[in-house]
Amino acid sequence: MKRIIIHSDMNSCYASIECSLNPELKGKAVAVGGSVENRHGIILAKTPEAKRCGVTTGEAIWQAKRKCPDLIVVEPHFDIYYKYSRLAKEIYRRYTDRIEPMGLDEAWCDITGSLLLFGSVQNITDEIRKAFKEELGITVSIGVSYNKIFAKLGSDLAGCDEVVTITEDNYKDVVWPLPVSSIMGVGKNTAAKLHGYGIKTVGDLAKRSPEWLKLVFGIHGEDMWRYANGLDTSAVAFDGQEREIKSIGHGITCKADLVNDDEVWKVFLALAQNVSKRLKEEKAEATGVQIAIRDNELSNLQCQCETDLPTQSAFEIAKKALELFRKNYNWRRDVRALTVRAINLQQENTPVQLDFSGEYKRSEKQKKIDDTVMSLRERFGKDAVFNCCLMTEEKAPDMDGKKSPLPVRINMK
Amino acid sequence: MKCRKVFVRVLAEIDEQGSVHPKSVTWEDGREFLIDKVTRVQRACASKTGGTAIRYSIYIGGRQTYLYEDEGKWFVESRV
Repeated sequence: MKRIIIHSDMNSCYASIECSLNPELKGKAVAVGGSVENRHGIILAKTPEAKRCGVTTGEAIWQAKRKCPDLIVVEPHFDIYYKYSRLAKEIYRRYTDRIEPMGLDEAWCDITGSLLLFGSVQNITDEIRKAFKEELGITVSIGVSYNKIFAKLGSDLAGCDEVVTITEDNYKDVVWPLPVSSIMGVGKNTAAKLHGYGIKTVGDLAKRSPEWLKLVFGIHGEDMWRYANGLDTSAVAFDGQEREIKSIGHGITCKADLVNDDEVWKVFLALAQNVSKRLKEEKAEATGVQIAIRDNELSNLQCQCETDLPTQSAFEIAKKALELFRKNYNWRRDVRALTVRAINLQQENTPVQLDFSGEYKRSEKQKKIDDTVMSLRERFGKDAVFNCCLMTEEKAPDMDGKKSPLPVRINMK
Repeated sequence: MKCRKVFVRVLAEIDEQGSVHPKSVTWEDGREFLIDKVTRVQRACASKTGGTAIRYSIYIGGRQTYLYEDEGKWFVESRV
């Protein structure tokens, strides 16, 4: 049986919610921007009126204001955006139990089994659009198709409060003339590489052989070919179905540029603390560490390596992150933002192959220290124990509204 | 027409099923108005003052109006 999947995308989500909360903003050029003080001063979302003035997501607020002097910039209210996301899900639940969210503002719904109850696809999409307008005061774009990739593409093509349907009969006319970057999973770098091979449209991609694409782009090449040909068969997850966590990361834009390894170490240590806490909550261990560095010219660098042993320790993760940083960063420019990710996760206490180097013993000792610190904090509060070196740290923004307490740094040798 | 949210005190009855039935509304100045009947309960955006809440379509003194409940707080939309 042919599947019917819809992809719903709240239009200019954050900005629309702000306008819904404050009707005086309706019809004006409004943007949601991060805190300028904490150097998060970029545009996160904008209304169509701001878009018409040339304001783009991701640009600095001062750049946006230069293009659109009347632009009203409001601070984000993520707690409210989460609430709207939850309410949106409640609307989808009226029609199906297969709801797979993608971020706060988008979701796939498989409505194949709902048509007998609700009549037609159009009935369902009309009701969803109406519910969003009446109940939440915002609009959605909906894509309808027989696979997730084309459903998502449909919602990208649809205007505010519109529905675009991509079928097996029309996809060659609708999808194939589009730029190759329209397809989900084809980012800026992949698109540039595809352009280099003369692949400019989705149709060009679809007509290449999957073997050749696999050879050039690895397993992802084959995926892209399937996506372009409408052959994606991935299922829409059930509502509430836990998705396998692939990585746990935490990143921050610093209040001032970092200028040496010592400052970088302190930020890594602060970030690794949050990563370690999440790992423990998820009962997972990292077998790899990845870092992302953004310099003050906004160039990005990402690199990763394996850990010696599976770990949850903030100290071990931060140490690995610094090692990676030292190996890969040349300090041509100061550092603006850092991210640390625990990758290649496995369940905690998975048996490991011991070695003769004594690494395991060292790791066990670190684990005991971490557990002790954790229990001290549980008993005496978050501020009971934290790293001495972070008492004077001024450049990492407070992550929980106050300085995050961190595990004791102990020289293991 | 400019409106504002007026937060009000509400006397309500909660039945065995957990459903809330508002019975009266007390205005800012202390005047109390009895609710004749509730005709509809649904989530709706408060279009004049913003936000989303559970909207009770109610009759007071024979006139229809809306009473909103948002996370335990009750309000009506009033002209400034």
